[in-house]
Amino acid sequence: MNSILTSKWTKVVVFLLCLLPLGMLVIRAVQGNLTANPIEFITHTTGDWTLRFLVITLAITPLRKTFRLRQLVRFRRMLGLFAFFYACLHFSTWIGLDKFFDWTEMWKDVQKRRFITVGFTGFVLMIPLAITSTAGWIRRLGGKRWQMLHRAIYLSAIAGVIHYYWLVKSDVREPLQYAAMVAVLLAWRLGSWIYGRGQRQDARGSPQGEITTAESA
Amino acid sequence: MLIKKPQDLTYKDVTPKGAYANRRNFLLGLLATTCAVAGWKKFSYLVSGPGTGSTPVKLNGVVKGPYGTTEKETSFNDVTHYNNYYEFGTDKGEPAENAKNFVTTPWSVSVEGEVKKPRKFTMDEILKLAPLEERIYRHRCVEGWSIVVPWIGYSFSTIAKLVEPTSKAQFVAFESYYEPKQMPLGLSAGIPLPYVEGLRLDEAMNPLALLSVGMYGATLPNQDGAPVRMVIPWKYGFKSAKSLVKIRFVQSQPPTTWNIANAHEYGFYSNVNPNVDHPRWSQAKERRIGEFLRRPTLMFNGYGDQVASLYNGMDLKKYY
Repeated sequence: MNSILTSKWTKVVVFLLCLLPLGMLVIRAVQGNLTANPIEFITHTTGDWTLRFLVITLAITPLRKTFRLRQLVRFRRMLGLFAFFYACLHFSTWIGLDKFFDWTEMWKDVQKRRFITVGFTGFVLMIPLAITSTAGWIRRLGGKRWQMLHRAIYLSAIAGVIHYYWLVKSDVREPLQYAAMVAVLLAWRLGSWIYGRGQRQDARGSPQGEITTAESA
Repeated sequence: MLIKKPQDLTYKDVTPKGAYANRRNFLLGLLATTCAVAGWKKFSYLVSGPGTGSTPVKLNGVVKGPYGTTEKETSFNDVTHYNNYYEFGTDKGEPAENAKNFVTTPWSVSVEGEVKKPRKFTMDEILKLAPLEERIYRHRCVEGWSIVVPWIGYSFSTIAKLVEPTSKAQFVAFESYYEPKQMPLGLSAGIPLPYVEGLRLDEAMNPLALLSVGMYGATLPNQDGAPVRMVIPWKYGFKSAKSLVKIRFVQSQPPTTWNIANAHEYGFYSNVNPNVDHPRWSQAKERRIGEFLRRPTLMFNGYGDQVASLYNGMDLKKYY
């Protein structure tokens, strides 16, 4: 399994798979098949995929540890950046197509409409993570601080779910599905942190006391 | 007593490393398959789009009615594939697909309550009560989009006069068909069903309030509320109940579906009003389906001349 994961072709395939949702949108746009309300459809599709990529990114560490697939981490940055990529498409659809660059109206919305406020917050929180996603920035910040900063993805994911939940009129099934997934993934982290702390305390004083925590982002 | 010596486990009993690892691979495979299936469903939906819906039948002898707009009609395809009909799914593409096999024959509408002559009207009777008129109305959804539809029908007052409301009748409640067997998605719609809407009696008697049996020259497609529905063009779309089975004349304001679901966001009146925002979005503008830029929303959806007098002296911010 790990040998498949380390192949450079796997990365290429995953990259192309991540572009599929955008590809589908383009194909449907060319066909004139974006439903009766294309702007709404594009907004919803890019929003959905932002949430999906956030969930997939958050799933990497739990999957990696549960199934001992160390090499999965090779995809984490790319998947996180795809979440940001679809968030950018979602955000620019709102600016350019939905509101047509009506900045005063948009600023009013950000302040007045809480589902927009929380969605906007989640998006803004992703910007520093995207910027500092390079190896150079990890070095500059140092592993510990970089990791602290990148925990902001938890907030982005939570904000994304709330954004969706506050947006729907009555059928909350889909937002609740995302909420459940994010909750499980964050609970796993909390659980492993508590477990890890117990282990560290047990190990204190013994020569092998240093348990590597650098990996558990 | 014979106590058997337990058979010691020897090294050859140890599960082979391959088989042990297989369990993990199996779980992983299961996970991957689940993701692949879910992903494929999403993609095939993304590529193919929604279904096609039912086949309407041409209506004969339709005359040009009053109150029509000269604005460009929205395409039939858009009006039949962008529907809010929560009994058939909450996604706007879903009703076209899920209402395909909705059985609308035989059909009758029971008109009852505070009336001198309560009775049931069969669909055949409803089609012949008055000359069918074509009325091209603007239709504004509370969500911020709008369409222009050539409806077919006649004023609701026609049927009301036949049953002779008593002096006690102050409101009218419109109830939609609901049968979970035909509408399984209704169970997860998040709103109480059957769908009930209501009007004040004087609103219902306004000639603009249309009892509709068709659109675009033919009977109503299932996803647009077949076989008979209300169309109240100066109110947000959800006030116009679809697939009517019961009309009750009542003394006091009836509980209505969206108002029960969320009274803070959906008032009983729900007149189209650009000056009163929905708590979560502005109602000042709307997106006309087929157009790129939003257009300003008109007071009473542009029907102020006919209906504004119904609300004289009322605070429309309070009675939203």
